[in-house]
Amino acid sequence: MPATKKVHVTTTINGEEIDFLCEPRHSLLEVLRDNLGLTGSKEGCNNGNCGACTVLLNGRPVDSCLVLGVEVEGAEIETVEGIACSSSLHPVQECFLEGAALQCGICTPGFLVAAKALLDKDPHASEETIRFNLAGNLCRCTGYDKIVRAVQAAGQRMSADA
Amino acid sequence: MTTTQYRVIGSRPVRHDGADKVTGKAIYTADMKLPGMLSGFVLRSPHAHAKILSIDTSEAEAMPGVHAVVTGADFPNVEDKIADLGEGSVNLAYLSTNCMAQKKVLYRGHAVAAVAATDVHIAEEAAAKIKVEYEVLDSVTWVLDAMQDDAPLLHENLLTDSLGKKAETPSNIPVHMHFEKGDVAAGFAEADVIIEREFKTATVHQGYIEPHAVVADYNEDGRLRIWTATQGSFTCRQQTAEVLQIPLGNVLVTPCEIGGGFGGKITVYLEPTAALLSKKSGRPVRITMTRADVFEASGPTPGSYMRIKLGAKNDGTIVAGEAWLAYDAGAYPGGMIGPGCMCVFSCYDIEHAVVDGYDVCLNKPKTSAYRAPGATQVAFAVEQLVDELAEKLDMCALEIREKNAVKEGARRVDGPVYPPIGLEQCLDALKQSEHWNTPLEGPHRGRGIAAGFWFGCGLKSSAACTVNSDGTINLLEGSTDIGGSRTSIAMQLAEVLGLEAEDINPQVGDTDTAGYTDVTGGSRVTFATGMAAYEAGRDLQQQMKTLAAELWDCSAEEITVNEDGSFSGNGNQLGFKELASQLFAAGEHLVGRATVSPECPTNGFGAHIADVEVDPETGKVTILRYTTIQDAGKAIHPSYVEGQLQGGTVQGIGWALNEEYFFNDDDTMANADFLDYRVPTMLDVPMIETIIVETGNPDHPYGVRGVGETPIVPPPAALANAIYNATNTRMTELPMSPPKLWKAMQSDPSAD
Amino acid sequence: MAPESVSEVVSVLGEHGDRAKLLAGATDLLVQLREGLREADVVVDIKKIDEVTSYKYCEEDGLSLGAAVTCCEVYEHPLLSRLYGALADSTQIIGGWQIQSRASVGGNLCNASPAADAVPSLIALNATAVIAGPNGEHTLAVQDFCTGPGKNALESGELLVSIQVPAQCDNCGSAYERFIPRNEMDIAVVGVGSWVKLAEDGTIADARIALGAVAATPLFAEEASASLIGKQPSEELFAAAGELAKQIATPLSDKRGTKEFRTHLVGVLVKRTLTVAVERAQNK
Repeated sequence: MPATKKVHVTTTINGEEIDFLCEPRHSLLEVLRDNLGLTGSKEGCNNGNCGACTVLLNGRPVDSCLVLGVEVEGAEIETVEGIACSSSLHPVQECFLEGAALQCGICTPGFLVAAKALLDKDPHASEETIRFNLAGNLCRCTGYDKIVRAVQAAGQRMSADA
Repeated sequence: MTTTQYRVIGSRPVRHDGADKVTGKAIYTADMKLPGMLSGFVLRSPHAHAKILSIDTSEAEAMPGVHAVVTGADFPNVEDKIADLGEGSVNLAYLSTNCMAQKKVLYRGHAVAAVAATDVHIAEEAAAKIKVEYEVLDSVTWVLDAMQDDAPLLHENLLTDSLGKKAETPSNIPVHMHFEKGDVAAGFAEADVIIEREFKTATVHQGYIEPHAVVADYNEDGRLRIWTATQGSFTCRQQTAEVLQIPLGNVLVTPCEIGGGFGGKITVYLEPTAALLSKKSGRPVRITMTRADVFEASGPTPGSYMRIKLGAKNDGTIVAGEAWLAYDAGAYPGGMIGPGCMCVFSCYDIEHAVVDGYDVCLNKPKTSAYRAPGATQVAFAVEQLVDELAEKLDMCALEIREKNAVKEGARRVDGPVYPPIGLEQCLDALKQSEHWNTPLEGPHRGRGIAAGFWFGCGLKSSAACTVNSDGTINLLEGSTDIGGSRTSIAMQLAEVLGLEAEDINPQVGDTDTAGYTDVTGGSRVTFATGMAAYEAGRDLQQQMKTLAAELWDCSAEEITVNEDGSFSGNGNQLGFKELASQLFAAGEHLVGRATVSPECPTNGFGAHIADVEVDPETGKVTILRYTTIQDAGKAIHPSYVEGQLQGGTVQGIGWALNEEYFFNDDDTMANADFLDYRVPTMLDVPMIETIIVETGNPDHPYGVRGVGETPIVPPPAALANAIYNATNTRMTELPMSPPKLWKAMQSDPSAD
Repeated sequence: MAPESVSEVVSVLGEHGDRAKLLAGATDLLVQLREGLREADVVVDIKKIDEVTSYKYCEEDGLSLGAAVTCCEVYEHPLLSRLYGALADSTQIIGGWQIQSRASVGGNLCNASPAADAVPSLIALNATAVIAGPNGEHTLAVQDFCTGPGKNALESGELLVSIQVPAQCDNCGSAYERFIPRNEMDIAVVGVGSWVKLAEDGTIADARIALGAVAATPLFAEEASASLIGKQPSEELFAAAGELAKQIATPLSDKRGTKEFRTHLVGVLVKRTLTVAVERAQNK
C-alpha cells in the first residue's frame, strides 16, 4: 500500500482514551508497538496465522496485524498490558505462571488475551472448547498441554473469585 | 536411581522472569527501540539458483527516508578462512555469503541487498527499487538428484572429502562419512531375518514464533553493539566479528529475551548486515525477518534419503545393521549428517554395523541445527525396521527393544562406549505405564512405540554470584533463557547454598559482563550452566569458610558447611544468609564464580507410546493418546522437564504428520507461511502424558541429564508404527500427511 | 476512508475505479495487499454502513445478511445456526476465533477463492447476492457470483450489499464439511455444502450440493443434487450422488492436495454432508 497522509485516530486502549496519528497502511499492531510503545503484542507472522498479536477489539479477540490503525476510531481495545488489575495479576496470568504454561513467552501475550476472552464468556470451558477457540494461537514450545491446563485452572479460579 | 532428598531441586517454583512475560513487559529484540533507530529491510533472491550479473542501488539510495543501502560489495572478502566457533568450525566464506550473496544466489530468499530507512515500509519500497540482474541457473532440491554427476553444481570448487581423501572433480557432496564396527557381512550371514527399506523425509523448520531480529549500533569509535535473538551471545559475537573482520573485543552482544530457537538461532543471518547498515548510516538499525524470510532464509533441518538394513536372529537378537544416509545440507556444506550417522543405531547394541553418510548441497537454505539434529530422521527409519523384525519374529515391539537396548558398556557404531545410561529404565517405565497396560480398542486404531536418543553435550559455561547484604544472591550467567533456564540454574545454586529459589536473582548477562558461555543448545544448559552455578556456589562457600574462620577465630578447615547450607565451627553456627550479612557488615563483598567445561555427553534416552485412529476414507490421523517417557537423570524443575518432553513431542508430531517444505516447479518454496506450513495447533494434539525417569548422571552434582532434544526423536517413528498397527500400511516417507497415507492405503493390498 | 452509506461507497468506487478496495473484516485483503497480490490507492472501510453490517431474519423472506456481518455473529446466533446449519458450519471454521471476529461472509464471497468455506454453503442454501452500483441495485445467484480464482461478477463501481438466503422450512437441513490436514487454521482441500428438503414420507423433496476447491470457482453440483430427488435417504444414495459430483470436479494438484485425492474427497464429503443435512432436517 502506498504512503498517504497520516490520519488522526481516537480510541480507548486498556481503559484509557488515546489518540494517535497513523498512515492508512499501518496495522493496529504497528500502531500499538511502534507509535504507542505497547510492545506486549507480538508479531509472529503478520498474516493472521499465529495469534501472537491478539488483542480485544470491542470485546472480541482479533489479530491486530489484520486490523488497520485507522479502523479503530472510537473502538475499545484491550491488550496484554491491560489484563492485570493494577498491582495484582489476573488469574489467567497467575495460572500460566504456576502451571509453567510458557517457555519462551513470545506467544504468551496472545494466548492470555484470547484465553481471558474465552473465560469471560465461559469460565467452565471444556478442554475441547479451549482447544477449539485457542487454535488460532500457535505455540511451538509447550505442546499446549500446560496451556490448556492453565486456562482450565484460571477458569476455576475466576468462578471461585466471582 | 537417585534417592537424595533435596529442598529446592525437584520443586516447582514460579520462574523469575515470569511476571515480565505474562504482562508484556519482557523485551524481545523486535521490542527494542533506540533513539534515531532506523528500520532495515533485506532484498532477497526470487530465484533458487542464479548468477548475479549486476546490482543497481541508485534509485533506492535516492529515495527520501533512505539512509543506507548495502550489498555483497560492502562485506569484507573473507575467502575460505576456517573459523573455530567453539562448537564446530565454519568456513567463513560460506557464512559471509550466506548472510549476503556475492556472485551467486543459491536459494530463494538468499539476501542480495539491504536498505535502512526511517520506516520499514519505506525500506521495503526502496528495496523494490534495487535492480538486480540475474542469470537464472538450473536448480536442484532433492538430495539424490543433487548427488548425480550431471546435477547443477552449487559450488564450483567443492571436492568431496571422503575419510580424509579429496575427490578430484567437484560435486555437491562436501563430505562422505563412514563408520564401522564388527564384520557386517558375517553379521548378516548370521541373521535369520533381514529387512531392508528406503525412507525419505521432507525438509522441516523449527518454526519458532519469533522471527529473527536484530538491532545493531555501530559507533564512530569502532565499537559495535548488538541486541539480538540468539541462542548464544558469544558465538554470535564471534561470527559477527569474523564476518565483518573486526576485533572480537569491539563487539558487544546483548541477548534479548528470545522467542524460541530449537537450534535455528545459532547461526548469524542479520547481524553483519544490520551492523554495516548502521555503520553506513551512523544510526542504530533494527531488522526483523518476515515469516516468509524465516522459512526461506534461515536454517531448516535436512530432508533426507535413507536406505537401512537390519538383521536379527530367531531369538530376537539384532546382529547386523547397515545404513546409507544422504542428508541435504542446504546451500552450503555442513549439514546434520554427522549426528545422523552417530544416532542411527544408537539405541541398540548391534554387534556388526556399518554406516555411510553423505552431506549434500542443494538449492535450499543452509540447514541448521533443529532439536536433536539428524536423529529424528534415522529414528523414523530404524524404529520401524525394529518393529518389522519383531513382527517377523512374532515378538512384541517392546520385547525386541528390551532385548537389544543399549546399556552401560555397549559401543556405538561411531566409537564411544556408553557410561551408565537409562534406556532400559525408560522401557521398563513404559512397560509399567498405565497407558501401555490399557488395551486400545476400536476399528482403525493402532498403537506404536519407539525409542530415541540424543547425546546432550557439555561445552563451556560460566556463572558468577554476588552476595547482597541480606544474603540474597545476584546470579549472572551467559545462557540465553529460552524456556525457564534462569530458574533451573538458580535452583541448583539455591540448593547448594541452602537458600530458596526466590533468594536468587538470576540474570542472563551480555558478552561484556558474563563469563564465556557456549550456546543454549545441545540440551546442555541445565546440565552445564547449572553445574557452573553449583561450582560458583561452592566457590562462594570456600571463600566464606575462610572469612568465617577469621570471624570465629579458628582455621578454615575447622569450618563445616552443613547439608542445609549453614556454616559451623568453633562452637558457632550461622545460616548462609546470617553469615553473609555479618560478613557484608564487616566489609566483605563476596563474589563466587566458576567456569566449567564438562566433556562427557549426558546421553538422554526416551521411549514413546502413541495411540492413533486413522480415517480410512481420508488418511487423516487423529492422535488419541500419547505418552512420553524420558530419563532426565534428575529433574531440577519437573514442570520444565515435562514442558520439554511435551513441546519436543508435539514438534515431532508436526514433523510426522504434516510439516514439510513444499517446492514449486522452479524450486521456490510454495508454503512459506504458517497457513500452509502446518505446525500443530492446539486442536491437533491431545494432552501429552509424561513419565520422568531419574537414573542420575554421575557426571553432574545433582545427576542432571539434558532433556530438551530427545523428545522430538521418537514421535514420527512411534506414529508410523501406530499407523501400521491401525491400517497395515507401512509409511516410509515423512510427512505421513493425509494424501500420502490415503494413497498408500489404496495401493497396499494388505491394508484393511 | 469510512463512508456511512452505500451510495457514498458507490461514488467513491466511481471515482477511483479498481484502485479502490473495499474492506470489511480485512482478513484477506490486508494479506493480499502485503503480498502484492492486490493493489489499492484507497481502502474503503464499509463497516460504518448499517445496511452492510446488520442482518435480519423473517419467516417469509428468510435471512438478509449484510455483506460485512462477521462469522462470529452468524454462528453465535442460536436461531440462525439452527436454521442455516451449513452456514454455521462454515463460519465456525474460517480461520481461528480471531479471524472469525472480523471476517465476514460477504467478504468470503467477494474474495472469490475457489476454496472459500462460506460459498458452497451459500450455493447449497440457494442464496442470492444483492449488488449496488451506479445503476442501482440488482441481484445475482451466489452460484453465478464467482467467475474465477479471486474474480467475481461485480462490475466496476459495484459492491455487494447483502446476501439473501431463502427461508428454511422445518423439514430442511443443511451442512458443510471440508477436509483439511489439521483440525483448524487450514484452507479447505475440498469443501462440500449440502442442503436437503424432506417430504412428508421421508424422501428427499429437493436438494442442492455445492463443491469448493475442486475448480476455478465453487460449483453447484446440479446432476448430483437432482439424483437425490424423490429417493429415500440412504448411504448408497449419498455415495452415488458423491460419484456424480466427482464427475464435475476438475481440481489441481498443489501444496494442499493432489488432483486424485481431491476428487476422491468430493465423494467422501458429499456423503458425509448429506448424512448430516438429512439428520438435521429430521431433527428440526
